[in-house]
Amino acid sequence: MLLILLGVLILHLLILILLIVSTAVSAWSVTGGSTTDLWYSCLTNNGGYHCRPASNEDWIQAVQALMILAVLFCFFSLVAFLYQLFKLVKGGRFFFTAIFQILASLFVMCAAIIYTVMSPDDADKAFGYAYVLAWVAFPLSLISGLIYIVLRKKE
Amino acid sequence: MLTFLALASVVLLGIVPEQSQAIVIYTGWERHALVGSDIRLSCSFFSWRWTSEDVTFSWTYRPDGSRDSISIFHYTGGVAYVDNKGPFRDRLEFVGNPSRRDGSILLKNLDFSDNGTFTCDAKNPPDIVGRPSSVRLLVFEKVPIQAGVITGAIIGVVLGLLVLIVVIYYLMRFLVARRVFSLSVSKHGKKKKEGSQQRQGPAPPAADPSKVKAATSEKKKQESRKEKK
Repeated sequence: MLLILLGVLILHLLILILLIVSTAVSAWSVTGGSTTDLWYSCLTNNGGYHCRPASNEDWIQAVQALMILAVLFCFFSLVAFLYQLFKLVKGGRFFFTAIFQILASLFVMCAAIIYTVMSPDDADKAFGYAYVLAWVAFPLSLISGLIYIVLRKKE
Repeated sequence: MLTFLALASVVLLGIVPEQSQAIVIYTGWERHALVGSDIRLSCSFFSWRWTSEDVTFSWTYRPDGSRDSISIFHYTGGVAYVDNKGPFRDRLEFVGNPSRRDGSILLKNLDFSDNGTFTCDAKNPPDIVGRPSSVRLLVFEKVPIQAGVITGAIIGVVLGLLVLIVVIYYLMRFLVARRVFSLSVSKHGKKKKEGSQQRQGPAPPAADPSKVKAATSEKKKQESRKEKK
């Protein structure tokens, strides 16, 4: 039982770290030597590292908002999990934790979909690792939410 | 005594402005405008001296990417001289009020070539030491949305909804619990009254104790649900 709990907690922490890294690092798109989105557009040449703010278009702001909300809801879910771990009655289910985690996965999915559809199609534009992390975090958080629905507090 | 005070005030007025005598000029920092529209560039100043009759305002313009400035407006001796040869001929109008320390100009029918930096320099003799202030003009085809407006709006709405849902949920539970509690109390009170009446009247209906039991069991269910969450 303790092993399952530990595993679930480690999974949750992993998802939180993935979401934070994906949101904070500006590497959703890579073109040649420069990485763009979500916050900065940075160019690396032999002179150094030059960054300027990313474009202010509506969809990029929507992706920013959804990623931040996903991080916040994953964090709320972690807090709810720790709270319910000690306060739940025997045999009860972790509903609040599951709701917040599933909402977080929904937000990541929306953010990743919006970015995929709306990012401009340049010739040598490739998706960066932050984008991949977002897509990895989505099924992980969904599975974690479903685990919380099924999980029951035992003696 | 009075003469001493008058002398002291005159001396102070003479000394203090001498040290802090610098004119401070205020313009905006950046102005955004659409192509074809008009824009008012405001310029005002702060000076320790009264506004003199020889106050002067002058505006210069430096296009984006160029190093040279060109003078486009000058107000002196009560007369405003607008640009009649340069890039703003027939498009510049003086809309300020020099006696109110306002030296604003109006640019009409903007174009993309009007992108640049406008510098206002004001002098209020004898207060002439000061730094000119610049405002940057950006001309757009469509005014862009500022960074973070939509982001903040989406985050605010979602978190607000969350707080609202939580508040409504706890409010509903509180109201239902209070209603059940008041119901059980009133039934208990009625039972007591009818119990005292029973010594004189017929037996009370059997529905009452069961109703009280139902109320208390519902209250217990609520408490267990509270514990479960």
